[in-house]
Amino acid sequence: MQISVSEINDIINQEARGNGSLIAALEEIQERYRYLPPEALILASERLGVPLSQAYSVATFYNAFSLKPKGKHCMHVCMGTACHVRGSPQVLDRLESKLGIKAGDTTRDHLFTLETVNCLGACALGPIVVADGDYSGQMTVQKTDALFKQLMKSEAEEAHG
Amino acid sequence: MANITSAAELEARRATLLAAADPDRPCITVCGGTGCRVYGSEKVWEAFRDEIVRQGVKASLNLDVRVTGCHGFCEKGPLVVIRPQGIFYARVKVEDVPEIVAETVIGNKVIERLLYTDPQSGERIEHEYDVPFYRHQYRLILNQNGELDPSQIDEYIVRGGYASLAKVLTTMTPEQVIAEIKASGLRGRGGAGFSTGMKWELCRKNVLKAGTGYIVCNADEGDPGAYMDRSSMEGNPNRVIEGMVIGAYAMGVPQGFVYIRAEYPLAVKHLKNAIRQAEAAGLLGKDILGSGFEFTLGVRLGAGAFVCGEETALIASIEGRAGEPRPRPPFPAESGLWGKPTNINNVKSWASVPIIIEKGADWYSRIGTENSKGTMIFSVVGKINNTGLVEVPMGISLRKLLFDIGGGIPNGKAFKAAQIGGPSGGCIPAEHLDVSIDYESLGSLGAIMGSGGLVVADESTCMVDFARYFMNFTQEESCGKCVPCRIGTKAMLTTLERICAGKGQPGDVEYLLELAEAIKNSSLCGLGQTAPNPVLTTLRYFRDEYEEHIFDKKCRAKVCKGLITYAIIPEKCEGCLVCLRNCTSNAISGAKKEVHVINPELCSRCGICMNVCKFEAVVVN
Repeated sequence: MQISVSEINDIINQEARGNGSLIAALEEIQERYRYLPPEALILASERLGVPLSQAYSVATFYNAFSLKPKGKHCMHVCMGTACHVRGSPQVLDRLESKLGIKAGDTTRDHLFTLETVNCLGACALGPIVVADGDYSGQMTVQKTDALFKQLMKSEAEEAHG
Repeated sequence: MANITSAAELEARRATLLAAADPDRPCITVCGGTGCRVYGSEKVWEAFRDEIVRQGVKASLNLDVRVTGCHGFCEKGPLVVIRPQGIFYARVKVEDVPEIVAETVIGNKVIERLLYTDPQSGERIEHEYDVPFYRHQYRLILNQNGELDPSQIDEYIVRGGYASLAKVLTTMTPEQVIAEIKASGLRGRGGAGFSTGMKWELCRKNVLKAGTGYIVCNADEGDPGAYMDRSSMEGNPNRVIEGMVIGAYAMGVPQGFVYIRAEYPLAVKHLKNAIRQAEAAGLLGKDILGSGFEFTLGVRLGAGAFVCGEETALIASIEGRAGEPRPRPPFPAESGLWGKPTNINNVKSWASVPIIIEKGADWYSRIGTENSKGTMIFSVVGKINNTGLVEVPMGISLRKLLFDIGGGIPNGKAFKAAQIGGPSGGCIPAEHLDVSIDYESLGSLGAIMGSGGLVVADESTCMVDFARYFMNFTQEESCGKCVPCRIGTKAMLTTLERICAGKGQPGDVEYLLELAEAIKNSSLCGLGQTAPNPVLTTLRYFRDEYEEHIFDKKCRAKVCKGLITYAIIPEKCEGCLVCLRNCTSNAISGAKKEVHVINPELCSRCGICMNVCKFEAVVVN
């Protein structure tokens, strides 16, 4: 994804005029780019008047922030307690072996990022996998395969279409 | 929306709204909680909206279709209630919508197949309030969730909303409000169970000295398996706001924050919208209801750190720093946000405030037990038939909660334990099913009330793995500031992992107990101090399972990968190749119509072969 310094500037300036909250500014940048480019930390530190070390400390402390670019598709596996007792570890294992990466990593072609989340609060539907914001509930290893196949198919269609 | 400038105007507005509202007006309510949305309730709602126009009844019946907050019975979503009859349909699909409109809305006939069937009696139940899941509950905080549209403040006002605030601002002094909350016996619903009234009193004293202060609503619901705070925010955000304005008046603070998880986008959206509407209505901001009292409310999003539920870490996070806790004292009531006196309460505590003011402390304190008053909301999840949100009076037995309301354990399996209070809590085994749910009784068993997470384990849950799961969680979420928590939890986790991998050694249990004691006694904050609880309680009630893992190298629940092997029963195997094709480890060999064999050296114990085998030929030992 292309980074626009002027866009980052706008986000931070807007926050500087409002509450001046470092976390809020970083949250917005994270949402826009799905990671925090180095430029963002430097600009946020300058404009919001916080030391760069504090910006870095915040960026590395909270799970919501990432310093590494994310893949095109983000897959989240819920590892909440309800999902755990209903078999989410098997679902995660399956996705890890399908993608050839561990949770928290991005595939080398930058197509997929696999992450775990501690509870989505939709425990009746566990185990849950969220692919690009779409929830799939009561997942099994077979349903995981089907979901993965479907994602790959739409990806292939997009590439050729 | 016009500004309401006095209590009388609020009353007049309610009267106007009531007069315009026809109690017999037909209305279709669709649950819009996160659970139901995942099941597709938004599409169901859209289908109703279009269908009533298509069948030409929207205008003629003056029909309303409404998306409400979470009804709580997440297991059966999407949930639809046809009012005024109150007919309750579960698992409604888009395809069912035309039939519901034609048969039930127009024809006033009940569609049998969409009714909820009580698994125990096999009886089909027509009305929401007759479903056992709801019948045994006492819904004080959640009562309006299934009725009102949370995106409209008038929906709350017409049901008596903000009347408690008006009462407080016009007829009570701050001291009287605090006395009322104290007399109600309300205790903090975030887990610790400290008297809310006393906390407010302390904060007020310091605010008077300092000249200012803050209040905070802690909606950083990080306990995995708990989502009642989210549902309260999604389904009725105005009640939380009203509680906070009352608290602000009582403590004399001009500003407050709601600290809410960014992982709850719908709750954030509803909350922000409710704040905007309350500001426009003059219920937040300057000169609230013409009383001269000023209070502004801001929203701060949590960025995904469990430790931020701890109050000093939460404060650091609102201030824009990494959420690391600090030693107390000074307590936030003395020196909190930006060094000013600060009072932090959980969502459920704030939401209880307007109810106490409306009904009186006397009335409220009659609910519950001697020392635990009012109601508590639990999210009952895991190996349970009726997953959902349950609001019950304090003092109800765990058995009643799990079996009468929760509907028991699925697939005829046996109940093993209930983990109450999440990663900081403890498990309660079958022999204590009759325990009364109150702060003291749960504490005496090694569990805690916590913020209301309740995860049910059955015989197929391995308690050692369960403890390992929680320890893994707290270890990852440990902020790393203090040594006992950072290194101690890691040492406990490594030991548990070793036991689960089949490499347990004599002395491991004693080592775990020793570490647990040290971590409990010497950690800086509540996260570390309670982190060993799941291990301590599983050791207290299921020590034999630990010993089986260590000495017999056996996992009776057949969960721990290091202690199980998969095998194919030759007599049952049809040689269909399905397991072989599905195996990701290439551990299965065999040809078509020939018996397949699993190579335990290559097998990763993922269990997929067992799931895909149609002939039940795969067994786990």
